[in-house]
Amino acid sequence: MSTQVPETETETEAETDVEHSEPLAPAQEERMRKKAEGRAEREERARREAEERANAEEDTYHLKVFRFDPEVEGKQEPRFDDFHVPFKKGMTVLDALIYARDTFDSSLTFRHSCRQAICGSDALFVNGRQRLGCKTQLSDLDEPVRVEPLPHADVEKDLVVDMDHFYDQMEAVEPYFDADELPDGELEEQRQSRANREKVKMSTRCIWCGACMSSCNIAAGNNEYLGPAAINKAYRFAMDEREGEDRKQHRLNIIEQENGVWRCQTQFSCTEVCPKDIPLTEHIQELKREAVKNNLKFW
Amino acid sequence: MSQSYDRGLVEDFGRWREFSAGMWAWVFHKFTGWVLVGYLFTHIAVLSTAISAAGQSSEVIAANNDVYTTVIVTLESLLVVRILEVGLLAVAVFHILNGCRLLLVDLGVGLDSQDKSFYASLILTGAIVVASVPTFLAGVF
Repeated sequence: MSTQVPETETETEAETDVEHSEPLAPAQEERMRKKAEGRAEREERARREAEERANAEEDTYHLKVFRFDPEVEGKQEPRFDDFHVPFKKGMTVLDALIYARDTFDSSLTFRHSCRQAICGSDALFVNGRQRLGCKTQLSDLDEPVRVEPLPHADVEKDLVVDMDHFYDQMEAVEPYFDADELPDGELEEQRQSRANREKVKMSTRCIWCGACMSSCNIAAGNNEYLGPAAINKAYRFAMDEREGEDRKQHRLNIIEQENGVWRCQTQFSCTEVCPKDIPLTEHIQELKREAVKNNLKFW
Repeated sequence: MSQSYDRGLVEDFGRWREFSAGMWAWVFHKFTGWVLVGYLFTHIAVLSTAISAAGQSSEVIAANNDVYTTVIVTLESLLVVRILEVGLLAVAVFHILNGCRLLLVDLGVGLDSQDKSFYASLILTGAIVVASVPTFLAGVF
């Protein structure tokens, strides 16, 4: 999240020389004035140089950003562009990208919207890991900061990837509340027990950013696999007690298919990268156990 | 999700440096599993010499000159085989320990410390292998 401190005006105070109180001989005075001028000039130059050096070394961040544009002839070959973005306290990767786009290259393309880790638009591959651009502080990263589009997804342009497949998988698990029985009264509420709410709490936090799907080795090689995010969605509703037995059975039928939960090989990559700290592997494992329990019959 | 699309630097094999504990555990588990499957074949091949040895006369067997004994003695006198045996132990021990870890993962026990249990199984494997070296290499030099 962007936690930038508001800009403060830095005041440059003009120094006034109040050394010479007693009158001097004109030649001497002239010499002293020239000397003082020379000194001031040297100091000014040194100060400016130091400032420039500080700007160049400490206060800018070096970003290497993946660039690719299939529609422009000279940009069809993927490449990395360097941006040196002036650093402000609390600056995130997304802030740096916005600065680079607004200042250096207006054709730099990336998705972003809320800038506070809610919309899930700006999942990026930053320094070898799937992260939300708006949730990653530049100061936490080693330079140069490599910003790439999510791996294992088709790049449309620069940092924008095709999310259609991800959304298809999410929708395949029917990610909406659908109870077997509705309450009698028109305005009756469908209440959930506190314990049950706690159980599904973490799974409701998914923001559909696709970071987990991109990090998953299995999903990379198998387009049929539902993927961590979709299974987590299935978990959120299958574990919701208000939906009823029939509905839960239907949900289990979806997730226990060949390319459902059983493709997961517990690499923990998704849990590792999830920006909302959802214990994805734990949820997948619990659904595996549910699926086994559902099919084991002793008679 | 994209098999047909070359993204150059983004999806190269150099990415293994960025693997986390769970990923390494998976890679090692796969690798050790395949090594053990491979060993199974040599194991069966060596042990099956006992079939032809059983057909030999009782004097030959009593004199330790049968096919099975000769094969085993010859193999065990080779330094390479002794070193491979240490490797086999390492592979088997890791596979067992990580298998126990995966059992816990499947049961949903201690998923938060899955990385620690992976490191623990690595260290334990190392310790057991080092401790076994004198036994495996005794008498071959």
